Parts: sequence; structure tokens; C-alpha cells
Amino acid sequence: MVDEGARVLLDRLVTGREEFVAQWTGRVGEELRGRLSTVELSRELGELYEAVVAGLSAGGLDGRGESFGEARSLLIELSRTRARQGFTPTETARSVFALKEVLEPALAADAEGARVYLQFARLLDDLGLLTTEAYVRTREEIISSQAEQLLELSTPVVKLWDGVVGVPLVGTLDSARTQVVMEKLLQTLVDSDSTHAIIDITGVATVDTQVAQHLLKTVVAARMMGAQCIISGIRPQIAQTIVALGIEFGDIPTNASLSDALRQALKEIAANAEDDVRGLL
Amino acid sequence: MKDYGAESASAESVAVASSSDVVSARQMVRTLSQRTGLSLVHQTKLVTATSELGRNMLIYGGGGVVRAASVLDGTRSGVFVEFADEGPGIADLDLAMTDGWTSGNGMGLGLSGARRLVDEFDIASRPGGTTVRIVKWSR
Repeated sequence: MVDEGARVLLDRLVTGREEFVAQWTGRVGEELRGRLSTVELSRELGELYEAVVAGLSAGGLDGRGESFGEARSLLIELSRTRARQGFTPTETARSVFALKEVLEPALAADAEGARVYLQFARLLDDLGLLTTEAYVRTREEIISSQAEQLLELSTPVVKLWDGVVGVPLVGTLDSARTQVVMEKLLQTLVDSDSTHAIIDITGVATVDTQVAQHLLKTVVAARMMGAQCIISGIRPQIAQTIVALGIEFGDIPTNASLSDALRQALKEIAANAEDDVRGLL
Repeated sequence: MKDYGAESASAESVAVASSSDVVSARQMVRTLSQRTGLSLVHQTKLVTATSELGRNMLIYGGGGVVRAASVLDGTRSGVFVEFADEGPGIADLDLAMTDGWTSGNGMGLGLSGARRLVDEFDIASRPGGTTVRIVKWSR
């Protein structure tokens, strides 16, 4: 499996191990300007060096081949840590490319070495690209997990009074958020034993048919559980737009402000309580 | 629809390929409306119409481009918005413009509602693309 070029390279890499790793660590350390400790860096790069040497001795110069599995997983791990620590993709990739700079003067001195060096450079390019891939993937994971957290954060359901819960909506209301809002609202209605829910849309900039449809679905679901819903925070421009669009809120009570909605809910609760007392007498 | 010189270089555009792009298109139109001096009610109506037409374009037309520009007609100023997609087109325009009719699972008020929200509304559809152009005047 191991061809002539790989063997020459392997010999030189094994012989010069100490020196190469030290120089490599030095160069990468310079690049990262002390944001990683030299000890940590030297350990990381040392392991990587061993893995590359092992890959070379097992299966030649194909960076995507099976023999470099160990080296690849080390690199992916390294890229993930770098991405989380806030290093740039360039700095991450340079961690690999710096080895080329180290090996160039050592290998390219003679014709045989130069030929081997070019082959090895191609391998390192491949591994360098791999770090960028892993880096981007990690960043995407971070972004999507943050989006999920934001979804949770941006939809609080709060208890306003005994028997009254409030849902202040902010931003846009798409299907995913409606789902979160609905689940939280219905659960809170049960947990707090509430009979009234106030959905406040003061913070929703645009109320179009999609938002309205989602609001209506939420109200219907709450009603099925025996709760009354009031939609509050309808500003003048929103009211005019809803009318022009032709959206009907039917018999769902709406209010300009949250305080009006709360007053209405409390009035209804008081009326119900009175009915209950009369019924007992 | 009269040509208000909306083809000028001052037009801004947003490519719509996902629902977050609809939000960007809305923001672009909102900023432009504010700059043009539309009242809050007119701004809200135009932005809502943009939201409806932009989402229609995304859902039924497979996405497209929203272009917006400030336009002048004599002394009054307004905002022109164009929605162009390369989708399958609308088979029956009259039916599509009917309140409450939808081929999807919306409320069926998007197209007809958007027409009521703006001052000028123009729609051209054929297999291979639909273009909707709207104008909202400042007064």
C-alpha cells in the first residue's frame, strides 16, 4: 500500500518529529497570539502529528481515505473547540496549513523531497478544508440551538391575576411560534386553574392573515378547554388594516390595551362567582 | 397601471426563498414607506399587503423577488412594490381574487385583502410566472 514517496516522507517526519512539532506549535501559537496556552497547543498538535504519521504509514497520501480516520476525527474535534472559543475559520485552517510552512524548508531542499512535499501539501490542503467544514457545521449547530432557545424565551405565559393568564407576543407569529405559544398557554391554563387568557399583540408589528389565523386557532384551542380568550393590544393602524383585509374575529373579545382586557376578565370572573353563590343559596 | 418611473435605479430588492425573507421584504418596505412619508396607517397597510403578497409568492409561486421604490405622480409621493415569481401561474384570476377562496390552507383573504389595502393593484399571471404590482400613495 505504502508507495515510495510516502515512505520517504514518513522517514523524515518520524526523524524530525520533535523539531517539527515544536516549530509547528510556535507558528500556530504566534497566529493565535496567546489565546491558547502553549502546553495545550503542543499537546493538540502533537496528537495530530502522530495521527497524520500513522495515517501515512497505513495507507499513503489520501486524506479522505480510511487510514486518516483518526486524524480527521482529531481535526473535527479541534475545529469544534475553536469554533466554540470564537476563533475565526482562517485561524482554524491555518493551524493545519502552518505545518506546510514548517516542512517546506526541511523537505524542499532536494528534488526528491520537493516532489514528496507537494504530495504532502495536497494532503494538508484537504485536511485544512475539513477543518473549515467542521467549523461551519459547528457554527450552524450553535445558531440553530440559539434559535430554539429564542423561541422559548420569546413566548412567556404569565399569571396576571387569580384565574387570569397573559401571553405578551412580540415580533412575528409563524407556525413554529404559534405551536410553542399554544402548548405553553394550554398547559398554564391547566396548571394555574385559570378561566381567562389575555393574548396581547402590542409587540406584533404586522398582523396579516397568517398571524390572524394562528391567533384564531390558539383561541379556539383555549376555548375547548373552557377558558375565555381576550385579544388585547389592537392599535388603531392594526384595527384599520384588519378591517381592510376582511379578517373576522367573530365573537372573540378584543381590546385596545392590556389593562382594559384585564378589567373585562376580572368583571366576568366576579359575575361568575356571584352566580355560583346564588346557586348555592 | 401607469408607469411611475419605478424601473429607476433607486429600486431596492429582496429575493424571497424562505419565510424569513418575507420578514426582510416587510422591513425593506417599512423603511421605504417611512422615508417616503407615508402615515402610520398607510405604512401598516402597505407592509401588511407586502406580507400577504410576499407569502403568496413563496407558497404558491415557489419564491421570487420583491422590488420596492419611491415614486412620484405630480405632487404626491408613494411607494411602489412589485412581486415577481416564476411559478406555475394562477389558473383562474377571478376565482383567486374572491374573498375566502384558497387553493391552500390559508384564510383566502391574502390577494383580495391586499387589493383593498393599497391604492393601485395590478396582477398579471401566466404559466411560468406571476407579477403583482401595487402602489400606496401618501394621501
